[in-house]
Amino acid sequence: MSTIIEHMRVLRATLLRLLLTPNATLLNVLIIGIALSLPVGGYVILKSVQSLTGQLTDTPQISVFIKVGTGAAEVSRIGDKLKQNAQIDRVEFIPRDVAFKRLQQSTELSEVIGDLSQNPLPDAYIVYPKTTEATAMESLRDELKTWPLFDHVQLDSAWVHRLEAVLGFGRLAVAILAGLLSFALIAITFNTIRLQILTRCDEIEVAKLIGASDAFIRRPFLYFGLTQGLLGGIAAWLIVFASMLLLNQYLADLSAIYSSEFRLLSLSIADGTALLGFSAYLGWLGAWFSVSQHLWQIEPR
Amino acid sequence: MIQFNQVYKRYPGGHEALRDLSFEINEGEMVYLTGHSGAGKSTLLKLIAAIERPTSGSVLVKGQNIRSIKREAIPALRRNLGLIFQDHKLLFDRSAFDNVMLPLQIGGFDHRESAKRARAALDKVGLLAREKANPISLSGGEQQRLCIARAIVTRPSILLADEPTGNLDSDYANEIMHIFKSFHQVGVTLLISTHTKNVLTHFPARELHLNQGALL
Repeated sequence: MSTIIEHMRVLRATLLRLLLTPNATLLNVLIIGIALSLPVGGYVILKSVQSLTGQLTDTPQISVFIKVGTGAAEVSRIGDKLKQNAQIDRVEFIPRDVAFKRLQQSTELSEVIGDLSQNPLPDAYIVYPKTTEATAMESLRDELKTWPLFDHVQLDSAWVHRLEAVLGFGRLAVAILAGLLSFALIAITFNTIRLQILTRCDEIEVAKLIGASDAFIRRPFLYFGLTQGLLGGIAAWLIVFASMLLLNQYLADLSAIYSSEFRLLSLSIADGTALLGFSAYLGWLGAWFSVSQHLWQIEPR
Repeated sequence: MIQFNQVYKRYPGGHEALRDLSFEINEGEMVYLTGHSGAGKSTLLKLIAAIERPTSGSVLVKGQNIRSIKREAIPALRRNLGLIFQDHKLLFDRSAFDNVMLPLQIGGFDHRESAKRARAALDKVGLLAREKANPISLSGGEQQRLCIARAIVTRPSILLADEPTGNLDSDYANEIMHIFKSFHQVGVTLLISTHTKNVLTHFPARELHLNQGALL
């Protein structure tokens, strides 16, 4: 019970200390918030783009377009031949009439299609390979390309792979940014606490002389670092939230032009909570390093 | 209570502050530590409070050897001692009352109980009326008394005082000695370093005389 009261006392003193120097507090919180908002913003954008690919990625497939004007018997023979291939799991046939109707139904191009007097589309097969591994699919595509009567063979998952690679690169960049800026957060807290320690040297010395444990001496500084980190995390959340609101307004217009529903997701509650926990922890860590270094310096030898 | 066995303290650079000290202070005893400044009185007190460690020999305080005491055990040892410093070591960023509260906060005492004890300690040294004052506004004698209040507020069984009457005129010094005398009467073990002759004649007690780091 008395320990809880002691912690409450220290927490109250910490909040008072933060309020006592509002300008310094605000500045520190802003610096931490801005530093954290960069990787968090990057993370949110990555997540949004990733959800976009999630909507589009089907099982990888190869589209085979047959030369326009090939007879129906010839087309079905090709289908049988495809089905017999050991590398192919199953085959879906899309007649040119069906493809044309689908195209007419799809909204954005209907005006253009409506003007066409005849169907320009070829018959097509969609080939689902047994293995979806990238190199195996590429070799299958290359093999199909050599067949006669095929106008065009297209590996539909290629762009997904490319996007995945770009996203991987983005993730790495965000991770590096997050790592560096986490270090910056620790450094900021370290320095703030170091300055505080300098002004409270006497108090630490006296407390130590009359029997304060290291934990007792650390406690107010740890609370300070923790609170400052937490406030910085909240600032980062607000910065990201406001930025996404602004960007989404702009994106809404842009997406309308492309008839897309793409928008940036806001930070989920779980991610936001993790952000706050992480920033509070980093603040705590910076404070811990700072006080420990000081305690080590004044340790009699 | 306190036992020194062949204690040496050498500082880096070769200065020998204490040489071959052996003595014992029993529970409830009041002992003076005398000698010129530089004789090693402060060093001796620092060894008892584990502020410094002996170079060789053993210093036993309530059965604990300071030479080998673990870092983590030092705070608990110091909470059982009352330390009175020559330079008071008061905190000027808080009231007299809050200065006396500090050891109780460190000891994790209940707040209401602490406040009661702090006022009792201030009353004991005659500073209850000045509890809200900042220590910087107190006179030298009052600051010394405040330092004593802080040392006794946790009711330690051993009191160590480093030149408590050093900078005070004889009236103030007598006042402080009376306070110490009253602690002695309730069974507190006291070790008081002093070079004031007046004190020794008015309040006689056993004397440990240091000369260049050795007992005479």
